[in-house]
Amino acid sequence: MFRYVIRRVLAAIPVMLIVSTTVFTLLYLTPGDPAGVILGPDATPERINELRERLGLNDPWHIQMLRWYGKLLQGDLGNSLSVNNRTVAQAIAERAEPTILLTVLALTVSLVIGVPTGIVSALGRGRWVDTVVMFVAIMGVSMPTFWLGLNLIYVFAVSLRVLPLAGYQGLDQGPQETIRYLIMPAITLGLAQGALLARMTRSMMLETLGEDYVRTARAKGLNQPSVVIRHALRNALIPLVTVVGLSFAVLMGGAVITEQVFNIPGVGRLLIQAIGRRDYPLVQGIVLIIALMYVLINLLVDIVYGILDPRIRQSRA
Amino acid sequence: MAQIQTQSQTQTQAQASAALPGALPTTAGRIRRKQTFFDRFVRHRSAVLGALVLLFVVLVALLTPILVNHDPTLAVPQSRFARPLSEATAPATGTYILGTDNLGRDVYSRVVKGSQVSLLVGLGVSLSVVIAGTCIGMLAGFFKRLDNVLMRVMDSMMAFPGVILALAIMSVRGPSVGNVILALSIVDTPRFARVVRSVVLTLRELQYVEAAHALGVTNLRIMLRHILPNCLSPMIVQATFVFAAAVLGEAGLSFLGVGTPPEIPSWGQMLGDARNFLAQAPWTMVAPGAALMVTVLGLNLLGDGIRDLLDPRLRRQG
Repeated sequence: MFRYVIRRVLAAIPVMLIVSTTVFTLLYLTPGDPAGVILGPDATPERINELRERLGLNDPWHIQMLRWYGKLLQGDLGNSLSVNNRTVAQAIAERAEPTILLTVLALTVSLVIGVPTGIVSALGRGRWVDTVVMFVAIMGVSMPTFWLGLNLIYVFAVSLRVLPLAGYQGLDQGPQETIRYLIMPAITLGLAQGALLARMTRSMMLETLGEDYVRTARAKGLNQPSVVIRHALRNALIPLVTVVGLSFAVLMGGAVITEQVFNIPGVGRLLIQAIGRRDYPLVQGIVLIIALMYVLINLLVDIVYGILDPRIRQSRA
Repeated sequence: MAQIQTQSQTQTQAQASAALPGALPTTAGRIRRKQTFFDRFVRHRSAVLGALVLLFVVLVALLTPILVNHDPTLAVPQSRFARPLSEATAPATGTYILGTDNLGRDVYSRVVKGSQVSLLVGLGVSLSVVIAGTCIGMLAGFFKRLDNVLMRVMDSMMAFPGVILALAIMSVRGPSVGNVILALSIVDTPRFARVVRSVVLTLRELQYVEAAHALGVTNLRIMLRHILPNCLSPMIVQATFVFAAAVLGEAGLSFLGVGTPPEIPSWGQMLGDARNFLAQAPWTMVAPGAALMVTVLGLNLLGDGIRDLLDPRLRRQG
């Protein structure tokens, strides 16, 4: 087990290196001069050049990148150009709470919706339950999240007036208010993923229900719930752990759009703002943090997977 | 490990739709003539439905000049927020079938026109993903030396959530349709390459490939003549899903205001505009959203259907 964990961690390191190099290079190639952005349109070429020299922008690419790595290791992501007097790290930290809550809530929504419906659908294979669930699921997969969000806002906030239109209340105002604000966004974000999970759960269940050990369990006279839960479901859930890890990526990306729909002041909206204001250090920082978080989550998922399934641990993959 | 993930994922996706209602076209037990792909396709209800939807959208995009009754980009300030089915006030003429938006532009004509960008991006992205993904996947699957390097790079590209990577690329390149195609192609290529690679890995070990090697056939010829044709089924299926993802991706980027530039009507951008006037003019969000959803649904149904039909394992099970 220990060797397995070490192997996974070692495999994640080159990925992280390539990820951060990509992020650096991508924004290094950006047209437009950060010094010009800082000083504004009235700056003289001499002053711009002076600032470029001071910021190290005149150095060659690899020097700049090494310096960037050096700072990165100290947790220094540079200074934001558009958020007043904030380092990139501070600006992101201030906006992290709603995004993290939204993603976790959305994941919960998708699991609560997806896994049970997938099981029900698999058990009723070919019958009307299955047909209905699978049709709703493919609708859910095809539904653009932002359109779903706009519809929810129209029904629950504009017409019925039971939920707030948009915005966000921090946890410091009490978790109840926060949930009231996040319930629509979480459903918006989680539903498509829930539909995907339902399809996956269904196929995993069908796979395990056809296995010999399930037939053996039936043959020795176990009742249906016991066969389904103890034998089929437990084995079907193992691959689902991986799917949950992959879901995080989709949800973190989708959070950007959902935050925009519901005006939630999270990291996603910060990213859109930063792009609009050409605040490249901030864009760089956000993209990097999200990508690194995703690598870490998948590392964690791989390790959990190894704990759950000894076959994976021993394979050389 | 990652490879196992993708393989099991594609498999499970295949099985997920195996028992869709329309996916059971066989008449088990009865003697039947050998069915062509077309025979089976026509009996597959959801595949036919998906194909019809796609055909409809393509027709709308091609016939846009005939179908629109207003200039999709013309802002008429005096007819802002006209309700659906209201008559235009002079000097403008014609009925606003689906109403007008916040600038007085005709929603119906914009939705019709918007189909063009969606299909253009979908087509552009799926073509470039198929070309790039096939090259990378074949090289990685065929040459063991390249495999590790190429797949590490693909892994790191997949380490970015798709939307985030696309946003980062768009922020560097600026809004334009070409850049949307570029960004979404970069996002979708790794997954496609992985699928191709996994198929090539299994094909490489087969005896007829070995035989070809023994006969001194060149690597390039083996790849093109013996391996590529056998990769086609999964490639077609994946390409359909890439198309669907690209249509959604374009809409998402345009919704965020960094995709298609404002002067070209697109569904995502219309929804972005509609968001700000939801209470005053809810009709501005209905049509573009519905058009988007129906298009993506059609593509997904088609993809599911083709997968059921092309997968020999599923075919035998019936």
